[in-house]
Amino acid sequence: MTTHAADTTPMGFGSMRRKEDARFLRGKGRYLDDIVLPGMLHAAILRSPHAHARIVSVDTSAAEAHPKVTAVITGETLTGLGLAWMPTLSHDVQAVLATDKVRFQGQEVAFVVAEDRYAARDALALIEVEYEPLPAVVDATRALDPDAPVIRDDLHKTDNHIFDWEAGDAAATDEVFATADVVAECDLLYPRCHPAPMETCGSIASMDPVSGKLTVYTTTQAPHAHRTVYALVAGIPEHKIQVIAPDIGGGFGNKVGIYPGYVCAVVGSIVTGRPVKWVEDRSENLMSTSFARDYHMHGEIAATKDGTLLGVRVKVLADHGAFNNTAQPSKMPAGLFHVFSGSYDLKAAHCAVTGVYTDKCPGGVAYACSFRITEAVYLIERLVDVLARDQGWDPAELRMRNLVRPEQFPYRTALGWEYDSGNYPQTLRKALDLAGYAELRREQAERRARGELMGIGVSFFTEAVGAGPRKHMDILGLGMADGAELRVHPTGKAVLRLSCMTQGQGHQTTFAQIVAEELGISPDDIEVVQGDTDQTPFGLGTYGSRSTPVSGAATAMVARKVRERARIVASAMLEVAPSDLEFAKGRFHVKGDPAASATMAEIAMAAHSDLELPEGVEGHLDATCVYNPPNLTYPCGAYVCVVDVDPGTGQVAVRRFVAVDDCGVRINPMIVEGQIHGGLADGIGMALMEVLAFDADGNHLGASFMDYLLPTALECPSWELGETVTPSPHHPIGAKGVGESATVGSPPAVVNAVLDAIGVRDADMPLTPAQVWRSMQGRPLRTDVAVT
Amino acid sequence: MSHHKVRITVNGTVGEGEIESRLLLVHYLRETRGLTGTHVGCDTSNCGACTVMLDGRTVKSCTVLAVAADGADVLTVEGLAGGGELSPVQEGFRQCHGLQCGYCTPGMVMAATGLLLENEAPDETEIREGIEGNLCRCTGYDMIVDSVRWAAANGGAGEAAHRHVHGRGAPAPDAAAPAPSGTQPAPVVTP
Repeated sequence: MTTHAADTTPMGFGSMRRKEDARFLRGKGRYLDDIVLPGMLHAAILRSPHAHARIVSVDTSAAEAHPKVTAVITGETLTGLGLAWMPTLSHDVQAVLATDKVRFQGQEVAFVVAEDRYAARDALALIEVEYEPLPAVVDATRALDPDAPVIRDDLHKTDNHIFDWEAGDAAATDEVFATADVVAECDLLYPRCHPAPMETCGSIASMDPVSGKLTVYTTTQAPHAHRTVYALVAGIPEHKIQVIAPDIGGGFGNKVGIYPGYVCAVVGSIVTGRPVKWVEDRSENLMSTSFARDYHMHGEIAATKDGTLLGVRVKVLADHGAFNNTAQPSKMPAGLFHVFSGSYDLKAAHCAVTGVYTDKCPGGVAYACSFRITEAVYLIERLVDVLARDQGWDPAELRMRNLVRPEQFPYRTALGWEYDSGNYPQTLRKALDLAGYAELRREQAERRARGELMGIGVSFFTEAVGAGPRKHMDILGLGMADGAELRVHPTGKAVLRLSCMTQGQGHQTTFAQIVAEELGISPDDIEVVQGDTDQTPFGLGTYGSRSTPVSGAATAMVARKVRERARIVASAMLEVAPSDLEFAKGRFHVKGDPAASATMAEIAMAAHSDLELPEGVEGHLDATCVYNPPNLTYPCGAYVCVVDVDPGTGQVAVRRFVAVDDCGVRINPMIVEGQIHGGLADGIGMALMEVLAFDADGNHLGASFMDYLLPTALECPSWELGETVTPSPHHPIGAKGVGESATVGSPPAVVNAVLDAIGVRDADMPLTPAQVWRSMQGRPLRTDVAVT
Repeated sequence: MSHHKVRITVNGTVGEGEIESRLLLVHYLRETRGLTGTHVGCDTSNCGACTVMLDGRTVKSCTVLAVAADGADVLTVEGLAGGGELSPVQEGFRQCHGLQCGYCTPGMVMAATGLLLENEAPDETEIREGIEGNLCRCTGYDMIVDSVRWAAANGGAGEAAHRHVHGRGAPAPDAAAPAPSGTQPAPVVTP
């Protein structure tokens, strides 16, 4: 159940209804495919039917002869322009259009530009491509076999190995395991799934041949980073590139990187001299844009016989597909996976991650993963449950006993992270109380006696969001700081320009609330501008729940800069020293004389007037700020899931889901709750139904919503939320990110609940009726490749 | 490619012209009529982002040929807010935070409007079943359920939806339904 916003607009933090709703509810949003430019052409992509095949020939003559076709672009065209390959976010290269061979089914082979979208599709059938099929590498666990076909011969590789990466202290971890009383281990697959935003990816490129300016409207979560990449790839200077992200119909990490279709649209516009629109369909989105997860993990957990956790050790095989284009900070090929010690006070921990190429679509980091923290949390929260089951311990009690204690913060983990704050026992206790945990266990015992399958699953997670300190984190060499610009107009209304980019998270409302909190200007009087690189300061965009931690901090800091300018103006107005003024509720007043005051609107007008200001004070009321975060923020949460399983069919029904999240200060509680609800539905989806599977030839088996199943309103319960508030001490307003918490924290709770219900120690997601039923027979399926 | 001359009423406005026989209704609405509130979210008729009302019933407009709507009356999300005021369903979504990215919203609002025309006071299960054909990736559905419940308690499907149904000469589903007021009646289209 939800709490609803108050009718009045708060002057700062608090539930308020969203400013963006007015246009969306009337069908007046402006998404990519809504945009029509004069003379605009439409494009479609011819894709590979093979997972791995040499390209013998491409014949485009019939397509070019189609009366409505304007251009057909192939890998050969791009080779001539030096654009057949593009750099990725992980220092690999990716084929824009295949030249030598195709490396996954659905890979881009040719790009048709035509007068309308139907004609562009028609012409795809007129292109003749001759392929020489090659054996495909489908099973990641076989990718490094000596006889495995080599996928990346373009890199002159002799195997499919991408990287080895380690974190933690291996020797100390081995020592802990050698002296432990009990050790539990298990294999865990976090299957390949897909963010599947309701709006697919697309781009409209418009190259003005006269001015030489390129305008790109595109579904991007990181418009400034895209502009820089276009500049580097296409050789067009940045001041001649304008990237505009319009309204985005959900991103979920799917819209961080640059896809071949975007580059082709630019080339298409250069070649034709007209704007070119490319919008993919759902199948293309599922087959060729960033997947998520695909981690094969072998985890071990060590403990004393009285239930004190000591250490965790994990080996990971990461399936990155045919090109390594994983979105990640440059120095972290496995993202932030090394937060896998979770919420527990461990003596030692170590991970070794190996990345491999397979004949599949690239990706990996997406779908609200916070750079692989979904995988990290799944690992530790499954391991704790496996250990509890092996030892006959209550999984909630085992967690409670080992949580990092409040007095240990800031807490340095065995893997080197410095958690900022938390009161984990309070958060877990609140969730257990809200769920009625003890009563649930009693009910479960009664139902079991009647032959019913009821399961209770618990997870407790610590997130790490707000990437990040530029000393440690960059993307393609671009440090992960974000900018904010605030301008207060003469009449006291304001415009705030940001480098982050909302995809539905409500930034237009919440960032106005931050300014309102700092300056006392109504959120309704503050326009938030995002997405247009000509209009906004540089920064790295919205993903990894980094908007509130980084851009939110930048917003508070820029508002404070404006407030200090306002203080000086007010001191001139009131003829007192700046230090004699106090600020409260949108006005400065003289200390000890509340009547002698100036409101922000009065100050704004005075700042633009002929009022004499002290030497060196420029007047007007604006400021810019770049925020380089000193640390990440570490929100946490305790989740309890209750499921009923049909013993005859293996069908799982989620009866209840209790989620207590702590993201520090809540700017807009209504919006926070909405974020959590969406993430909980993701958890239901991943745990119970979503998977991108492949057959032995590399055929994609989840390439439409007929097979890639998303939860509907019927699979989701009415969520039961609770909160604790432990502010981030280093953040200007004490707020932590939260957008991805529920997606990170909920899958292990659902899986723990289902396995608790059916009395099975481990089985991989998605726990479909078939998977559950076979697990109950002791024969779980392998879910990443088709098992027949 | 064969072409057909069609006459399709959308939100009370008649449009006549020649279209390709294979043109999908969703593309007709978006590209021929410029009504881009109706969205495309899939290619297998699962997501419901393209839901509109066609002659009084909700349909997924990606699965209807525009020529099949010749002579028909279509109501889209743009037609719900008469005189700029949100319909009860739209207002419910705003009040209860039933939308985030807004992409499923027009289809979801139309599905909910259709549901409330059939069932004025649906319970939670009936609401969830009523929007089962509409996928949402942002909200986790709970606040959408609240939104529909809010609408049911505050005016139901709304004036434009009732006018859309009545405009076709169908009997009023409920004599107590609010009569259209202050706006032009929709032109009657011969089915």
